[in-house]
Amino acid sequence: MEKIQDKKQQYQQRVEEISPKVNLLASSAKAFFVGGLICTFGQIITNVIKNMGYSSDEAAMITSITLVFIGALLTGVDIYDNIGKYAGAGSLIPITGFANSIVSSAMEFKKEGYIFGLGAKIFTIAGPVLVYGLLASMVVGLYHYLIY
Amino acid sequence: MWKHLGEQTIRLESPPTILAASSTVGPKEGQGPLASYFDVILEDVLWGEDTWEKAETKILKETIQRVITKADLTTDQIQYIFAGDLLNQIVATSFAMREFKVPFFGLYGACSTMGESMALASIMIDGGYADYVVAATSSHFCSAEKQFRSPLQLGVQRSLTATWTVTGSGAVVLSKEGLGPYVTHITPGKVIDLGVKDSMNLGATMAPAAADTIINHLLDTNREPDYYDLIITGDLGVIGKQLVLEMAQEYHYDLSKNYTDCGVEIFDPTTQDTHAGGSGCACAAVTLTGYILKEMEKGTFEKVLFIPTGALLSPLSTQQGESVPGVAHAVAIETNLE
Repeated sequence: MEKIQDKKQQYQQRVEEISPKVNLLASSAKAFFVGGLICTFGQIITNVIKNMGYSSDEAAMITSITLVFIGALLTGVDIYDNIGKYAGAGSLIPITGFANSIVSSAMEFKKEGYIFGLGAKIFTIAGPVLVYGLLASMVVGLYHYLIY
Repeated sequence: MWKHLGEQTIRLESPPTILAASSTVGPKEGQGPLASYFDVILEDVLWGEDTWEKAETKILKETIQRVITKADLTTDQIQYIFAGDLLNQIVATSFAMREFKVPFFGLYGACSTMGESMALASIMIDGGYADYVVAATSSHFCSAEKQFRSPLQLGVQRSLTATWTVTGSGAVVLSKEGLGPYVTHITPGKVIDLGVKDSMNLGATMAPAAADTIINHLLDTNREPDYYDLIITGDLGVIGKQLVLEMAQEYHYDLSKNYTDCGVEIFDPTTQDTHAGGSGCACAAVTLTGYILKEMEKGTFEKVLFIPTGALLSPLSTQQGESVPGVAHAVAIETNLE
């Protein structure tokens, strides 16, 4: 009799067939809607700040700060994870998602102390974004310096 | 008669009695379909402690204390404790054991720990080494998420194939003397890995181990599936359950009439948003000590094959691209002896 251990390929194929799939269209629509909403909100802030007489650069910076603050606050009061559950990448990709990843890690690892817990693990999720974000900006910087 | 049957089954010559059983669950499990069966339902997941890990220790400790009381025994009469949990170095269990002055065997079988602890405790009693032994396990949704997945407040979507770790603990006292229900056979399982790498589809990673243990148990004991009133795996969820049914069918065992899974029974997927079902050491443990044993007492089931299932992964092994091996231990529980 063939052993269960010998049915690898057949089994993996069956698991693939039987596992429920995410409805890509519906999920994308939700992500697009919520992500768009967050960006529209950001644009409103930028426009208001610019109308107050700040430059474009200053307005962009103030907008980022405001959105990060809101993302962090909503994480702290147990709301952002529910938005994320609905919107997926729609609330993960904007800067509010970046704030959520940092604050949620901070909340989770606070119990292990402020140095080796919170301090060491606060960038557990956001770390890769920083590392490759910095790397990308270095590449762009070099290009700018040497060629352009 | 031999105590070892066929390929991997143990027949207990003097089957130990499950003298008492107790369960503690968290608030979410307390809203599930099995709520009325549990001894204690917590109002919050911290239970007055300041960390989830401490709460898990307290849940296990209180459950063991309660089961000893329910068995009309004192802690001094318990000769050994077999227990384990999901945390690194099984600290939830080890820390709970500080409160008991009882020799302790710490186990790690992931979510199959209830089967492993009951199997070893039964062998110890059958061997004549002890009169009263406790077998127990615990898991906690928050501490498990923290260790294996991502921070609770992180705004990500759970996979549709993911299961929800049960918060709670189940414990039994096994005794040399007693009027049943008896642990009559044990089929310890082999570690089986069919190469499934998705750590968010643990039901699929464990199903082959569960099917293998069930099939070998039936072969070794020369029984048919309908010998049992209930065949119940630990925490496969809906996907794993379906895979076990299909695999057993390939070996000409029809489990469709009396087979289910604790992870399927413990939550209501339509209202509780648990996706594929329940999981964790406590999933099998509280379903046994709550639902199954209480229904056996009422006479609904007389012969039960209980098969807790474990996914033997760590966050590290997943990140290094390893597939997830599974294991499943079968424990046959019967109201009457032949």
